[in-house]
Amino acid sequence: MAKMVTIEIDGLPIQAEEGQNLVYVAKENGFFIPSLCYYENMDPPLGTCRTCTCRINGKPGPACIEKVREGMQVEVNKADLVDMRKSIIEMMFSEGNHFCPSCEKSGNCDLQHMAYELEISHTRFPHLFKDRLIDYNSKRMVMEHNRCIKCRRCVEEVLSDDGKRVFMYMNRGNETYVGIDYEQEAKLSKEQALNAMNICPTGAIIVKGKIFSKPFGQRAFDLSSSQKNYGKKPIKLSRGAVMEKKIVATASLAGCFGCHMSLLDVDTDLLDLIELVEFNKSPLTDIKKFAHRCHIGIIEGGCSNDENIEVLREFREKCDILVSLGECSIWGGLPAMRNTVPLGECLEEAYLNSFTNDPAKSTIPYHEDIPKLLNRVFACSEIVKIDYYIPGCPPSASHIWKAIKNLLWHEEYSILYSEFKYD
Amino acid sequence: MHQSGADRLFEVEPLRSYLLNVLRNIQMSEGYISDEKISLLAKKYDVSNVEVEGVVTFYHFLHRKPTGRHVIYLNNSLTSVIKGYERVKESFERETGALMGSVDRTGTFGLFSTPCIGLSDQEPAALIDFYPFINLNAIKVKDIINSIKQGASPADICDYPADNIRYTPISGSVFFSDFKEGISLVNAFKLSPQEIIEELKKSQLAGRGGAFFPTWMKWDATRKQESTLKFIICNADEGEPGTFKDRVLINSQAASLIEGMIIGGYTAGASYGIIYLRGEYFWLAEKLNTRIQAYYQKGLLGKTIGGKDGFNFDLRIQMGAGAYVCGEETALLESMEGKRGEPRTKWFLPVEKGYLQMPTIINNVETFCAVARIFEKGLDNYCEKGIPGSPGTKIISVSGDCSLPGIYEIEWGMTVAELLELGEANDPYFIQVSGPSGECISMKEKYRRISMLDLLARKDIRCGGALTVYNSQRDLIMILSKYAEFFKHESCGICTPCRAGNYLIERKLDKLRNGLASREDLENIRSWANIMKASSRCGLGKTAPNSIILAMEKFAEYFYKRLYHTDNQHEGIVAFDMEAAISDYEKYKN
Ligand SMILES: Cc1cc2nc3c(=O)[nH]c(=O)nc-3n(C[C@H](O)[C@H](O)[C@H](O)COP(=O)(O)O)c2cc1C
Ligand code: SF4
Ligand code: SF4
Ligand code: SF4
Ligand code: FES
Repeated sequence: MAKMVTIEIDGLPIQAEEGQNLVYVAKENGFFIPSLCYYENMDPPLGTCRTCTCRINGKPGPACIEKVREGMQVEVNKADLVDMRKSIIEMMFSEGNHFCPSCEKSGNCDLQHMAYELEISHTRFPHLFKDRLIDYNSKRMVMEHNRCIKCRRCVEEVLSDDGKRVFMYMNRGNETYVGIDYEQEAKLSKEQALNAMNICPTGAIIVKGKIFSKPFGQRAFDLSSSQKNYGKKPIKLSRGAVMEKKIVATASLAGCFGCHMSLLDVDTDLLDLIELVEFNKSPLTDIKKFAHRCHIGIIEGGCSNDENIEVLREFREKCDILVSLGECSIWGGLPAMRNTVPLGECLEEAYLNSFTNDPAKSTIPYHEDIPKLLNRVFACSEIVKIDYYIPGCPPSASHIWKAIKNLLWHEEYSILYSEFKYD
Repeated sequence: MHQSGADRLFEVEPLRSYLLNVLRNIQMSEGYISDEKISLLAKKYDVSNVEVEGVVTFYHFLHRKPTGRHVIYLNNSLTSVIKGYERVKESFERETGALMGSVDRTGTFGLFSTPCIGLSDQEPAALIDFYPFINLNAIKVKDIINSIKQGASPADICDYPADNIRYTPISGSVFFSDFKEGISLVNAFKLSPQEIIEELKKSQLAGRGGAFFPTWMKWDATRKQESTLKFIICNADEGEPGTFKDRVLINSQAASLIEGMIIGGYTAGASYGIIYLRGEYFWLAEKLNTRIQAYYQKGLLGKTIGGKDGFNFDLRIQMGAGAYVCGEETALLESMEGKRGEPRTKWFLPVEKGYLQMPTIINNVETFCAVARIFEKGLDNYCEKGIPGSPGTKIISVSGDCSLPGIYEIEWGMTVAELLELGEANDPYFIQVSGPSGECISMKEKYRRISMLDLLARKDIRCGGALTVYNSQRDLIMILSKYAEFFKHESCGICTPCRAGNYLIERKLDKLRNGLASREDLENIRSWANIMKASSRCGLGKTAPNSIILAMEKFAEYFYKRLYHTDNQHEGIVAFDMEAAISDYEKYKN
């Protein structure tokens, strides 16, 4: 047996076999270090994703490429490190094009799961909306380059029977993507192909016909967190303050009204809530103009045209607190699928070249009275300052109201793992 | 095409190490790497097609589409921009009929831009079929293209870039004095490897590639490895924009480089040496190879060198194919093995498992030259130059807004002000030291010394080799954007913070350039840059945000002036350019 050494993680002495991987040792001892490219027995470790960044003997670095040795001092849960790891996951979301609600891997995706674990409600980075292709050419697989985080797992692990690589990085820098070898891919057995899909921590490798095989609720990361104490402690209701009536305004910009639907989806609780809040400007009341200042403004949808921007700015001026509700409002969401394509191409596809259009009569509508489409869909936070974000597509009703009650009456709350979702 | 000396492998090297050469040769003879060639090579090397294609697409001198019979790479680095890149570009486009980034209709010329080609002292410069053409202007471009159209070969009409050695120390030059060939070897061979390590320790020689790692430690660690197969590798990738000292050393001091490597082999017990020469310096390869062959003829390379029984040392050149990151030592190893130049993790060090997983010393050109000079002229001669704690001299490539761009061999301890005066920089404002990944300084700091000391206290400046001067007319944000763009392209793309981070920083700089940034944006840049520094996998990502972080500190007022300022904006409303945002749609107004 290998020599035992003592290391310290966040001040706690820990015994481990010399040379073991630090991520593994931490996990065995109840310390959660996020990881995406790492998996056991991979030697040398890949060290690509950087989500496991900790401080080792005073220097920041990824835990997964550290072998434990005597006296090693490791910091895991210092605030700056927690935030740094969070930011790296956020970077993956802003760099790729991740539309969870329409993703086959949603619920089974390691990236999405890590973001839940780290309670990421929005990314601090602007989404880059880089145009990427989807490669349907191979026999059994679809390469969805928008979702790949370049973790290298498939490159190293998926080989055909004669030992040749099926996947390989192409290009470099921000143009890097993972190419697939059609010839080698065709040689994979069904099991090998499925293994490739499973090895991928995101929805980048999809085996045709093997998607959506599990319904919601049965997917790997649907119900419970892999951390012991995800979220806060049990709810402590502090109804100390008087629950005086508050004024709420809502708007749906470039959204689908799904978030508004969700807002109403609280069954009989709605009756209690009506006692406590008065809706001012909102599609729910059909009040078109602000009658007075509001305590809180809730925005569904991002900004797709100039009118959206005007409305949003008015909300900012008239509301004390402004909340982005749902993915579209937070970063663009599904309408932002057009962001990788120039506006002109979108319009021509929709109004001129589409199948059902009569070419003789088709024009692209333009009139001073109709709102002007923006070059791309903008996140609300690119237009005004947003105070809070509630993720989901749509967010669950309980999540919404817990958050709003907290904002309005400082009611403490805790979000269950199963309530925090991007889809 | 001439003999580059790169067309051989040692008997201990696997065929795969030859892949980059094969690809370069195909590129040069056929103008691109076709699907057929990829399949053919995949069969030959018994790998899948994607694996070969992955290598091809990594290097920017290897193309998947035809590039024309003559390939022009015009340097688009900042120094080139300052000296008139735009007009030269237009003139190339006009004369060749090819737009930048494409091939003309007749398939004669391919025109591409490329970052710094190591000729910052004679910009604008371009490589045509990898032969240098310097100090370009519209008329010169016209003449060159006309001659080529009339059948002249770029090899025959190219320029011979001057060394431009502008300054050597009054007390005598270390690097550029007459080099008496073989003396350093005779002196070194009198000592045991252990004694050589001791000499190097006393010299305090530290890596000249920019990291300043003590050379003796690296050599000693490799010496102590038990393997019988070890390698000595010279890092001649010199990709840091603004740096051209290694070019001049290879051109004028190849003998000292070769001898430095032989001494390395003797010390570490290695019998093979490889010089990894950046693709841009192909025009230096033939000359360097001639020097190497001369050493073979003199019995100073090959078997039983200098009569030293049992000491064999072979040397060859390996050409790169265009990738800045391959200057990072572990990326360089991958590249030499015929792979994509992706840096390795620090799981093993090169001194333990380097090239082909064997113990390997990797040093910069200047480091090897310095070793040879120490043994040629003696340790005392070297140590009496410089300042206590930082003995010797340093070669600095000066370029940008100054009248005398070129090579300055300074004694450690010279101040920035003195160096700027020597270079006749009349209106220095923003000085970039050690290239984009280095440190920027303002004129408030002009009395800082250049030495290896006090790095942490930031009193002295450690300079890896370049000093780029920008005058007060230059747009600082533009400079920094250009740097971010460079890193965005040159990142190997394998780790998240660098691949995405440089892109994100570039976006923020765009915002700043468009006058839409707020204080919060500056705060974001600072914070994101620090994330990149702390979490990137290799030196590229870790150092890429250096200049922006420092510039924001040192030129705070300048940045403040570039922010969005207005009095009548409601709090919480973010600056936004509506006109730009609806510009696409407005095209449909009839
Ligand atoms: C992105 C990057 C680029 C580098 N480029 C070079 C280079 O062009 N030449 C060089 O000698 N060292 C370069 N280095 C430093 C090398 O990794 C290595 O430290 C050096 O070659 C060691 O030699 P030395 O100890 O003699 O300096 C680079 C490092 C990084 C991170
Ligand atoms: S489920 Fe995963 S891969 Fe799919 S879009 Fe969401 S984060 Fe991306
Ligand atoms: S395709 Fe999947 S496994 Fe492969 S690098 Fe991308 S994210 Fe990783
Ligand atoms: S820091 Fe940049 S260059 Fe270095 S490994 Fe990461 S992506 Fe590659
Ligand atoms: S898990 Fe450590 S770098 Fe990916």
